[in-house]
Amino acid sequence: MIDYLLTEEQLMIRDLCRQITDEKIRPIAAELDKTEKFPWDVMKVMAQSDLFGVYIEEKYGGMGGGILELCIATEEFSKGCAGIALCYSASALGTYPIILYGTEEQKKKYLPPLARGEKLAAFGLTEPAAGSDASALQTTAEKKGDHYILNGVKHFITNGGDAETYTVIAMTDKSKGARGASLFVVEKGTPGFSFGKKEDKLGIRASSTRELIFDNCKIPKENLLGKEGLGFIAAMRTFDTSRPGIGAQALGIAQGALDHALKYAKQRKQFGQSISSFQGIQWMLADMATQVEAARALVYASAREVDAGKKDVATHSAMAKMYASDVAMKVTTDAVQIFGGYGYMKEYPAEKYMRDAKITQIYEGTNQIQRNIIAMGLIKETAR
Amino acid sequence: MNIIVCIKQVPDTTEVRIDPVTKNLVRDGVKSIVNPFDMYAIEEGVRLREKHGGKVTVITMGPPQAEAVLREAISLGCDDAVLISDRAFAGSDTLATCYTLSKAIEKIKDYDLVICGKQAIDGDTAQVGPGVASTLDIPQITYVRKIEEIKDNNITAERATEEGYEVVQTKMPCLITVVKEINTPRLPSLKGKMKAKSAVITVWKAADINADESRLGLKGSPTEVWKIFTPPPRPKGRIFEGDPQESVNQLVELLKDLNH
Repeated sequence: MIDYLLTEEQLMIRDLCRQITDEKIRPIAAELDKTEKFPWDVMKVMAQSDLFGVYIEEKYGGMGGGILELCIATEEFSKGCAGIALCYSASALGTYPIILYGTEEQKKKYLPPLARGEKLAAFGLTEPAAGSDASALQTTAEKKGDHYILNGVKHFITNGGDAETYTVIAMTDKSKGARGASLFVVEKGTPGFSFGKKEDKLGIRASSTRELIFDNCKIPKENLLGKEGLGFIAAMRTFDTSRPGIGAQALGIAQGALDHALKYAKQRKQFGQSISSFQGIQWMLADMATQVEAARALVYASAREVDAGKKDVATHSAMAKMYASDVAMKVTTDAVQIFGGYGYMKEYPAEKYMRDAKITQIYEGTNQIQRNIIAMGLIKETAR
Repeated sequence: MNIIVCIKQVPDTTEVRIDPVTKNLVRDGVKSIVNPFDMYAIEEGVRLREKHGGKVTVITMGPPQAEAVLREAISLGCDDAVLISDRAFAGSDTLATCYTLSKAIEKIKDYDLVICGKQAIDGDTAQVGPGVASTLDIPQITYVRKIEEIKDNNITAERATEEGYEVVQTKMPCLITVVKEINTPRLPSLKGKMKAKSAVITVWKAADINADESRLGLKGSPTEVWKIFTPPPRPKGRIFEGDPQESVNQLVELLKDLNH
């Protein structure tokens, strides 16, 4: 691995997360993949180890780091199980709108329990008819006196049902289209707020995915984050900030699969020798390792750019997400290939990485949408 | 409640190799770790403090590099750490070690409970815990698998025996040695790791603990090691298969032959 000149604190996070992955995540990854049980025990360990707060300011109970710290943790966890890692990182996605748009009062109220990992968060944007076209939202928030009344359904919400704190986008003025969307905090247990069925997924099966159902759900007006009409922009800015995190998840999946493939290639004997002695396998491993390292360089660099407070990070964070997830899909597929027939069997670890990798090309904006963002960035830049 | 946890730095035996020529343990380049049984002692100390308040002081006797295990103990929640380190301690057997640790504990003075792991994985003697208690002349409960109650300066604990367990009560201050059934040690926290990084580790030399030099190190160690050997592996058992009635008969015949 290239030396990315991480700080002492970042190295500490990496070592601690690696220890948790080896001792607490790897032993249960295959089991949770089968049972789809939510990994509460691991969440408790991560909380006790202060890891839910790595990207949250110290005055709100965090450790004072940023997206790079979150990426380092997510990468390590994902090496062991991307589903478990997602329960952790999706909470960050749900938390970021509060960090980016919360008032001092809102931050003081919501961030400390999230930083301590006592509560998980989730982000609710996607709807049945609004996937890539996030402006087609149907969920409404109608202002009535001191309250908003939410109605509608969000679906495919990671941590849905298991999280306590939800940041949700709803239309406050449908006539304004994307400019009529607003961002709210909704807490589990609010009357009128319930959950749909748990989805049965191809991969990341330790992570829970459910519908959020709002049926005349009444929330106080203090739960509005930022201003009315800011919701769509807030969602986009949240993604610009959080996308290196998906890159880190993809990176961890790819590295995890590569580690298994390399180990297997050295052990597996055919034609009287280790298959790692064959050039055909060597070249595959060389390509995989290079792609993983290139993805890491891009993920870390874009995370650093976000942490440095650079204004327009959309292009680079889209690149990090898109490239790392394409690498994850390719590297995990090649890892299955190196395992041969064993790679196709669930008894061996390779196929799970391949199933887990696929989602990283899809969620938080499909890789086609990422390419749109990158292209728009290029065109805008040259138009200046 | 003030607690002292005694720990030891040991080579990670999962990584120890045997030199094929000299048949000695190759310790070069082998990672050192906190004696695994001491991890349960640390965890129990931290849990008791979380429940009853007070502080946990972790101590170890060893070379300067043993500081690493003290830092690890701090990352796991211990408050203070003392390294007892002096060339004069070199070559200590369990007797000299018990004496040295006791002198350090006397110097700490204000304590209610001393916790040790049941034994170290390198020497496997299980003598140091009990030895420290008798040197300090305080009560001891060995092989503790559960602390039932701490109340009015009394401690009630379950101690594991080969056949089951005993419930023992004694006055504090006292010393307990713990077995791995007592708890599940936590992983370090990030805040703990940072605290450990910057913690100042107190170092006490022989003169600092007011020790009688004739009882230290090689001079204070009557033990002589005559021979180190690997005990012969237990021979394979025999399994009687097939018809139960027939198997039982075969077994009884065999036991008769063995004069049982």
